[in-house]
Amino acid sequence: MSLREIWSGRRGKRTGAASPTSRSGTGRAGSGPVVQMTGICMDFPGGRALDEVSLTLHAGEVHALMGGNGAGKSTLIKVLTGVHAAADGQIVVDGRSRTFSGPADAESAGVTAAYQETFLCTNLSIGENVMLGHEIRGLLGIDWVRTRQRAGSVLAELGIDDLDPRLPLSGLSPASQQLVSIARAMVSAPRVLVLDEPTSSLEAGETARLFQVLDRLRSQGVAIVFVSHFLEQVYTISDRMTVLRDGRVVGEFLTRQVERAELISTMMGSSLQALQEIGSQRRDHRVEPSDQPWYRAIAVAQQGALEEVDLEIYGGEVVGLAGLRGSGRSTLGRLLSGASRSDSGTVEIGGQAIRLHSPAHGLAHRLAFAGERRRHAGLIEELTVRQNVLLALQAMRGWRTPVARGEVDALLGHLLERLDLDAGAADATVGELSGGNQQKVLLARWLAIRPRLLVLDEPTRSMDVAAKVHVQAQVAALAREGVSVVFISSELDEVVRLSDRIVVLKDREVIGEISNGPGLSVDTIVEMIAADRDEF
Amino acid sequence: MTQTYSRLRAGLGALAHKPYIWGVLGIVALLIVNVTRDPGYLQISVNPANGYLAGNLLDILRESAPIVMISVGMCLVVATSGIDLSVGSVMAVSGAVAMEFLQAASAPQSTMSAAMALLLALTVSSLLGLVNGVLVAYVRLQPFITTLITMLAGRGLAKVITGGQNTSASSDGLAWIANGRVLGFPVVVIIAIALALLIGYLVRRSALGMMIEAIGINETASRMAGIKPHGLLITVYLLSGLLAGVAGVFSTATVMTVDVSNTGYLLELDAILAVVIGGTALSGGKFSLGGAVVGALLITTLDKTVVFLGVPSAATPAFKAVVIIVICLAQSSRVRALFRDRRGPVRMKERVA
Repeated sequence: MSLREIWSGRRGKRTGAASPTSRSGTGRAGSGPVVQMTGICMDFPGGRALDEVSLTLHAGEVHALMGGNGAGKSTLIKVLTGVHAAADGQIVVDGRSRTFSGPADAESAGVTAAYQETFLCTNLSIGENVMLGHEIRGLLGIDWVRTRQRAGSVLAELGIDDLDPRLPLSGLSPASQQLVSIARAMVSAPRVLVLDEPTSSLEAGETARLFQVLDRLRSQGVAIVFVSHFLEQVYTISDRMTVLRDGRVVGEFLTRQVERAELISTMMGSSLQALQEIGSQRRDHRVEPSDQPWYRAIAVAQQGALEEVDLEIYGGEVVGLAGLRGSGRSTLGRLLSGASRSDSGTVEIGGQAIRLHSPAHGLAHRLAFAGERRRHAGLIEELTVRQNVLLALQAMRGWRTPVARGEVDALLGHLLERLDLDAGAADATVGELSGGNQQKVLLARWLAIRPRLLVLDEPTRSMDVAAKVHVQAQVAALAREGVSVVFISSELDEVVRLSDRIVVLKDREVIGEISNGPGLSVDTIVEMIAADRDEF
Repeated sequence: MTQTYSRLRAGLGALAHKPYIWGVLGIVALLIVNVTRDPGYLQISVNPANGYLAGNLLDILRESAPIVMISVGMCLVVATSGIDLSVGSVMAVSGAVAMEFLQAASAPQSTMSAAMALLLALTVSSLLGLVNGVLVAYVRLQPFITTLITMLAGRGLAKVITGGQNTSASSDGLAWIANGRVLGFPVVVIIAIALALLIGYLVRRSALGMMIEAIGINETASRMAGIKPHGLLITVYLLSGLLAGVAGVFSTATVMTVDVSNTGYLLELDAILAVVIGGTALSGGKFSLGGAVVGALLITTLDKTVVFLGVPSAATPAFKAVVIIVICLAQSSRVRALFRDRRGPVRMKERVA
């Protein structure tokens, strides 16, 4: 029995509409769109977030919403799911004009969002998470047996019945938790399912599994809104796409009819050329290891996270760390900068042996680490941009000698201009900024101490292409100025574009080191990682 | 004329945006209530015999001095997302040390003995603060548990020091601190104001304040930025202990007797309330020392008002609770939003995506 059949009775009563689209999804041609948003406008204190935006969703299709950060994707989704009320415009669901008073209202109209796995309760069981708020009630309160059965049937419906509803959620990988959150959204049998960046923390195999589930939902006639920065995933899964830029719709395509290059240039216009420029710039400034490396890590290791690694770093060199998540690449970055203490091994700076024991110690040697968890272990969100930028420099100087106001202003002016941040943002709270701008603030903090070594762990994660280009341009510029950069990224094309030398890691070990050159491509690294597997 | 007026307006406007404006308004409201009861309530008179200033306002200031001290210390601890429950007990320990020393001293009336007693009391109090700091920073015990232990142990320690007695002593030096006047103005008030200003200056003119806020908001991120939280944590707990020691001397020296069961009893709760009224969130982060001082003044004013109005002593705690709840509600952004909604639709405030 399908979800749709289980619930069709209930919806039939509620909407009074004709029977819903059949599960094969063939109703697309016959019936009208499930959702039609027209002329949606929305204002935020910062300006207009959405300007006359239209979006049409059909049953049984995956509709990709494309655009850079700040293009208005999130806002549009929030209007669609009832989180925000639009200032102007119309939302028609199943031929009826609606105004949603809140997410619950949107849900009862059949529009639901699957939130990211972070919104689940890790202390509850899988089944409890799926059914949270939809528990089946019997005479004596919640009927746990039937509730668990429903959870089981919802999971089965999605083809993920290998997840036992009775097990705790905390035991699941982020990928499986993502699936649970989709199951949670499917409990109310929505006509429209919204997925905002569902794959941002998933590995390739996990993404494939998610797509199987989406395929299944599509064939059941659910309209899926899919937001992702990963172009290839969009091409794999989506049928149609709407492209937003600066709060306006700049294109609507059938996925199979639009070329990648055309899509990219629609999304961001001039950024493509900029990336090519960075690549050629870096090629012109390749650093060939010569003289003595100023920095040398000797047999640094961390138990359970990284086997012993030796690494030499030269001035003005970009060293890329390539490998999957969990390969030890972040650990290596942390050990190099003192962000984590190594269990064994030493670091030699200018020939002097040092055991780095804390971030503060690394800082004293002007080694900086910008980690991937910006919100958790990077920025202090409630402090201002000014204070956040100042923090490391101030920590380096000690609390007794505050950096003079004039010096701060000069420094801040220079950094904000360099990183292309609005000078007026200096006194804004960091938590209010977009992800891309937060990354810039973090970068500014480390530039303020004039680092000798800057370790960047996933600096472009969940950023739009324009912001990614900007970060990469900064890395290239820093290397030109003689700063050594250790660049860690899941996006191998970035690593290949920027690095002079690439260290490949796998299963907590360095499996090779390659000097970058014309013959090197993303495939070389992928093959290296894959080939290594065959040996075992 | 217009210029002074506009400057005054700007000043008042800035005050209106301070988190402790509701505390200030609360004090004003209580004083107004008292004035309606007795029009001469705010009067300050000069005693012609000795030039002392006298009046209800001065009484309030004098009584608030110990609470101001512990509130300032508490404010810094709370800013690091900690709490210091031991301040009341530390007050008793400090008083016990000072009184015991003076009672045993060969020349209790000498300035030297008074200075020694003071120094000893403050040293012991600081040590207790240091113990808190070390346990929180290095052993990573929960601040609540750590200071709960020192709170219980401190009261016990005070009793051990005095052998369970309420020790009395006499020392002109200490008595001068508690009851003396400079230019007719109480010495305790001068010391309390000076210490509060000194600490405020130290914290805000150095980078200490920013760093304390940073570790209070997100310790991991602060550590990654190169801040060393250990030293900061120890500093704030030590400072809190030291200030509690000062408060202990203030409150025992007025009567030159330490009451080991009652000196500082439950005052940690007053200090916590003062900090909250001052607009510092218990979750840590942004703090306002000025707010903590306002909070301490409000609590003393409230205590005085209760007595002045003749509220039956059984009903006193309830009366206090009502006033404090009203102020906390007025501060709550949620409650304020509720009232704003009544007046008309608000524009949705949202992070810029």
